[in-house]
Amino acid sequence: MRWPLRRAGLLVGAVFLGLFIVLPFIGLHLPWVLPGTLDIVNSTGTLEVLALCFMFAGVAVGYDLMFGYTGLMSLGPVLYFAVGTYVFDIALTHWGWALVPSLLLTFGVSLMLAVVLGAIALRVHGIAFAMVTLAFAQAFYFLVESNPHNLTGGDTGLSLSYTRLPSFLSGAVSNTRSLYWIALAFLVVAYLIVWLVTESVTGHVFVAIRENELRLDVLGVRPYRFKMVSFVVSSLIATGGGIVYILVIGTAVPSVVASTTVTLSILIMVVLGGAGTRWGAVIGAMVYVYLQQYLDKVGAEPSFTRLPAVLRVPLSEPQFLLGAIFVLFVFFAPGGIAGLVVRRRFRRASATNLLSVFNKP
Amino acid sequence: MNIFLVLTFSGVALGAIYFLAASGLSLIYGLMDVLNFAHGLFMTLGAYAGYEVATRLPISLGAPTLVILAIVGATLVGALAAGATELILIRPLYGKPISQILITIGLDLAVVGLLMGGFGSTALQIPVPLWLIEPTHIGGLFLPNASFLAIGAGAIVLIGLELFLARTRYGIIIRAGVENREMVRALGIDVGRAFTLVFVIGGAMAGLAGILYSIVFSGDLVSPNQGDSLLIFAFIVVVIGGLGSIRGSAVAALVVGLLQQYTSFYIGGHSGWAQIGDLSTVLLLAVVLEWRPRGLFGRVA
Repeated sequence: MRWPLRRAGLLVGAVFLGLFIVLPFIGLHLPWVLPGTLDIVNSTGTLEVLALCFMFAGVAVGYDLMFGYTGLMSLGPVLYFAVGTYVFDIALTHWGWALVPSLLLTFGVSLMLAVVLGAIALRVHGIAFAMVTLAFAQAFYFLVESNPHNLTGGDTGLSLSYTRLPSFLSGAVSNTRSLYWIALAFLVVAYLIVWLVTESVTGHVFVAIRENELRLDVLGVRPYRFKMVSFVVSSLIATGGGIVYILVIGTAVPSVVASTTVTLSILIMVVLGGAGTRWGAVIGAMVYVYLQQYLDKVGAEPSFTRLPAVLRVPLSEPQFLLGAIFVLFVFFAPGGIAGLVVRRRFRRASATNLLSVFNKP
Repeated sequence: MNIFLVLTFSGVALGAIYFLAASGLSLIYGLMDVLNFAHGLFMTLGAYAGYEVATRLPISLGAPTLVILAIVGATLVGALAAGATELILIRPLYGKPISQILITIGLDLAVVGLLMGGFGSTALQIPVPLWLIEPTHIGGLFLPNASFLAIGAGAIVLIGLELFLARTRYGIIIRAGVENREMVRALGIDVGRAFTLVFVIGGAMAGLAGILYSIVFSGDLVSPNQGDSLLIFAFIVVVIGGLGSIRGSAVAALVVGLLQQYTSFYIGGHSGWAQIGDLSTVLLLAVVLEWRPRGLFGRVA
């Protein structure tokens, strides 16, 4: 990317970041655009949805490091996300640990799992890698559902006990604002990490692995170690997202935080935004989560229920609309939202199909 | 001992359903390199088609006829859905394996969403005749009749598929395509038609697996997400058996089905181990991959 565009991008990013930082102080009334029952920008409902947007955006940009930049299609990011929610939740709720030790333990467990399972999964390539990571994530899901030693709460889930948390984090509604800023801070940190890594020499090796792994091997660079780094960094970011999730939502339920659905959502966010671009992944995730919540609200509108069933049933089902939008994107705009924007700016076709690099047979 | 035999019997029945679900996936992957996430959707669609047939047709036809028609309907709908998917969505994206995977993920999401909107997210009950619920008494064992149905269907499909692949012209083209697609194309054979055919066959088996799973293992219930949870086990079976191998799928399906039944009965009863049956299949997968990364019957990548 050329410098002027990059500077413009930085400016836009900074403006949005500033806007999001002060947003909780803006009591603007915005009908029609906001999810949640109140049409007010800094209402609890809106802030919570935005916090979820930031959280998923951070996880998505972390996943993009592995999928978009390194070309590793893992189907198991949910494992590290769920480790974040559950280990953190268990340490605080069951063992009554304080905040910092709980955080250290959670990241420690995640790091260990990522190193061990990554080492096993990276022995195989391509589709087999996808399947193995999927299976590991599924194993964790089954484990959580089993409710070993009554730690996870099984199907019913596990609510976070706020007693050992600092008062500004306790589950009170008035704290939505601080949770919102924490989610935003998580996104900024995740973005900066991915930025630093992708701009470093290591990051360039990642892209080289994506483009042609064999060639690197021939050049004397061992791809395995670099893939490990990509896998581990991406997993740790997902764990951070899991921690933010449990702080914001307060309950971990296996079908919501540990099932394959989460993995597929993250994958869809990244592809929707544009795989292999940092800001694309962020925008993809924000759009996805926002639409999901917003469409849910629209589907329940009274004027909507009067539509004939042929229109009402599909239009009131967010999952259908998101799936359909995704199919259209894969078909007509494989570069995602980022690809569309970049194409519009340059009016040339070469920089568009970001997905095409993964599509080598 | 009796319990062990009953578990073995239901393990074989579960294996038969896994085989129906996995062999189509395996063939599709072997021939076209498409990891088909929509396979779970085909199973769900089959189950719902069976439900529609069994509830819409007049009861005067008699329960046994209705169940048979429901199973036929499920198979047909699975085949049609898969054929349409191949022609409309997969075909334009040949040579782009990642896009094909993504398309099947999106399709699965969208249509499952539609099913939830149309039928509701709660499970629906398929009416079945009493004899399907009752057990048969053989040598001191009570064996559920529904399991016979699954084992019979699995055996018939296995034999039919082997005969089709070994004896017919298209079967030979498919086998050759799994071995070396480019060579088949170079010989002037239209592989595209074989692609559609493989999808149709896989979809038919998936539809059959979907309705049988409802009847045999989930108390005659159909729900929008049932196919997707079955799909995970189908993936596990495919990888253990070796991508592209029918015999591998059959053996792996049997092993996984039995393992799941044994472990969930003998270990799953203890507190905190409720999901050990499901967990053990993943552990088996990890062991097999460490020992033999291409699966039991897989060809060298």
